[in-house]
Amino acid sequence: MKTKLLTLALSAAAFATVATGASAATLDDVKAKGFMMCGVSTGVPGFAFTDDNGDWQGFDPAVCRAVSAAIFGDSKAVKFTPTTGKTRFTALASGEVDMLARNTTETFSRDVDLKFTFAPVNYYDGQGFMVRKSLGVTSALNLSGATICIQTGTTTELNLADYFRANNMNYEPVPIETNAEAQEKYLANACDVYTTDASGLAATRAAFEKPDEHVLLPEIISKEPLAPLTRHGDDQWSDIVKWTINALINAEELGITAANADEMSKSSNSPDVKRILGTEGEYGAMLGLGKDWALNAIKAGGNYGEIYDRYIGPKTNIGLERGLNALWNKGGILYAAPIR
Amino acid sequence: MTVASDFAEPSEPFRIGMLFNDKRYRSYTLQVITIFVFMLVVGWLVDNVIDNFRELGKEFSISFLWQPASYDINQTLIDYTSRSPHWRAALVGILNTLLIAVLGCIAATILGVIIGVLRLSKNWLVAKLMTVYIESLRNVPVLLWILLASTAFSAILPSPRQAPTLLGGGFVPTNRGFYIPSLVWNEGSLPLAFLFIASLIGAWLFGRWARARQLATGEILPVFWIRLAIIIVPTLLLFFVLGRPIGLSLPELKGFNFQGGLFIRNSFMALWLALSLYTAAFIAENVRAGIQAISKGQTEAAYSLGLPPNRTTNLVILPQALRIIIPPLISQYLNLTKNSSLAIAVGYMDVTGTLGGITLNQTGKEMECILLLMLFYLAISLLISAVMNVYNNSVSLQER
Repeated sequence: MKTKLLTLALSAAAFATVATGASAATLDDVKAKGFMMCGVSTGVPGFAFTDDNGDWQGFDPAVCRAVSAAIFGDSKAVKFTPTTGKTRFTALASGEVDMLARNTTETFSRDVDLKFTFAPVNYYDGQGFMVRKSLGVTSALNLSGATICIQTGTTTELNLADYFRANNMNYEPVPIETNAEAQEKYLANACDVYTTDASGLAATRAAFEKPDEHVLLPEIISKEPLAPLTRHGDDQWSDIVKWTINALINAEELGITAANADEMSKSSNSPDVKRILGTEGEYGAMLGLGKDWALNAIKAGGNYGEIYDRYIGPKTNIGLERGLNALWNKGGILYAAPIR
Repeated sequence: MTVASDFAEPSEPFRIGMLFNDKRYRSYTLQVITIFVFMLVVGWLVDNVIDNFRELGKEFSISFLWQPASYDINQTLIDYTSRSPHWRAALVGILNTLLIAVLGCIAATILGVIIGVLRLSKNWLVAKLMTVYIESLRNVPVLLWILLASTAFSAILPSPRQAPTLLGGGFVPTNRGFYIPSLVWNEGSLPLAFLFIASLIGAWLFGRWARARQLATGEILPVFWIRLAIIIVPTLLLFFVLGRPIGLSLPELKGFNFQGGLFIRNSFMALWLALSLYTAAFIAENVRAGIQAISKGQTEAAYSLGLPPNRTTNLVILPQALRIIIPPLISQYLNLTKNSSLAIAVGYMDVTGTLGGITLNQTGKEMECILLLMLFYLAISLLISAVMNVYNNSVSLQER
């Protein structure tokens, strides 16, 4: 009896230490596991989807793959976890995923109150409305009385309430969980309007059988800077995500692509290029990574521009123009801090 | 006590080992150990939560309940706007939960009793149909029934623009919900309402009087029809005398949706229908068990006293069957209420959808919201149990 009690108490104590002592250094955990865990959305065409082999692809998973390549030199050392608008923050906070790359809007309360650290914005977006052309609606201000499908647990839900209140209009919200569910409801005409980030609307519309029958209204009612995020309190890990994105954007600016990265690392005389590609300085070591961290990240899926064009650019059927997301010297506001 | 001390007389000195070896102490020892282990586990859980909160830099507080909710809710039984605080959003959700629970319990009870009785029918086809109904409903998870109902409504019913207006504009089924006429209370409807309430009281008094008369004289009046007349006739007369003060508001297509009338959302209908049909299958089995538990001799005895079959059922069988039916019925009501939290699957904004859904998500107060939510369900379940237990005591066998 006594020994039993002792074992019980001891195991309870041991259990307590194990359970509370996690999540100190994410990089060490990730290296020990041999892979990183990345939260993505449940599926938005172009932004996050599974290919024929069941692998996650898209604009958001590409960020995770770049980070994985920067750490391991292997873009496939990622375990993806699909999360909904509601489950994403819990998944990240509880350590179920190491980072979230899931068209998530950076806001004050998420940063400060929910205790997350946002990496640089990788897509500047804004909330829009999609309606059927046949309704003859030309402005969001004509939407009073409409039934609107809205993903719960998102900033769009709050923007929508504010916008309709400010313009003294009423509406009937239909709360839904995922993009797929919204699409089904919208196509069945169970809601007149679908509202989410304009990029998401364009991507969703592209997957429709007859995209021409639907129109995005001109109003963009909010700022939605979408950025990957990590937990507060692990600056090293947050820095890795932050600088991987900066490296991808800088690479586009400097003309480094997946195809020419290896060659440029040998032949280029530009100090900027040399610093990024690790032939000059010890930037990788400062992050706790190898010399060629950025080189690997770029080789994984190309620079920012290449990733954009492959998944959501004008040549894909999603067809999103660069717009705000062009580089600062090409008319956009994408302006990455220099690596030096 | 003296007897016990007599037994303990040849006392040997107390040793530690006796805590385990001696029958007199062993059960105390075990209980002390059990409570110690229990406290240890609880203490660890609480400590773990506190530790993790500290590690995340969060603090436990429910002050967020007084911040503006900032989101809209479609079905609100009380005044609510996006500027209302979170506690009001939670209250809206609670009322929506109670609405579905109450209406669900009523529908499930009515359906369950009918189906349970029909399953005992001598008509082979009817009895078998009811068996098929009960078995198929009971053995599929209720979530699937809810989703099926929701999908069926949104996929099969027409959109508002193509929707037919049935029953002279009184009923419009659309893939967003059902529109039915609502009452419009014009001037002069107040006296009408008073008269109606007075008629109800009158009907009740008449029932008492008729009963007393029957007990005294043995004469039976057609109580049901007279009561119906007392309730309807005066109110109807006054309604026309006052120039029809209560009107109907019919749904009309204006803009995107129908305006006017009462709008019953598909999310509500799907949840209500699925929960009622599902729980009715269980209640039907309880009813059947209750009826079958009454011995055949009771029926025969009633017949031999000259009671007709319907009175035998009402006066002899059902009152006794109720004693057996009610305890399991309580648990079915509890199940239905708890199952209503599946509302989240079809976007019905019950308390799980508001407090445990959007509020939780927008404020990031998972622990606080979930604890409040559990507290609510616990309170409501205990309340239902208490009320039903009181009723059960009133119908159970009074032993003298």
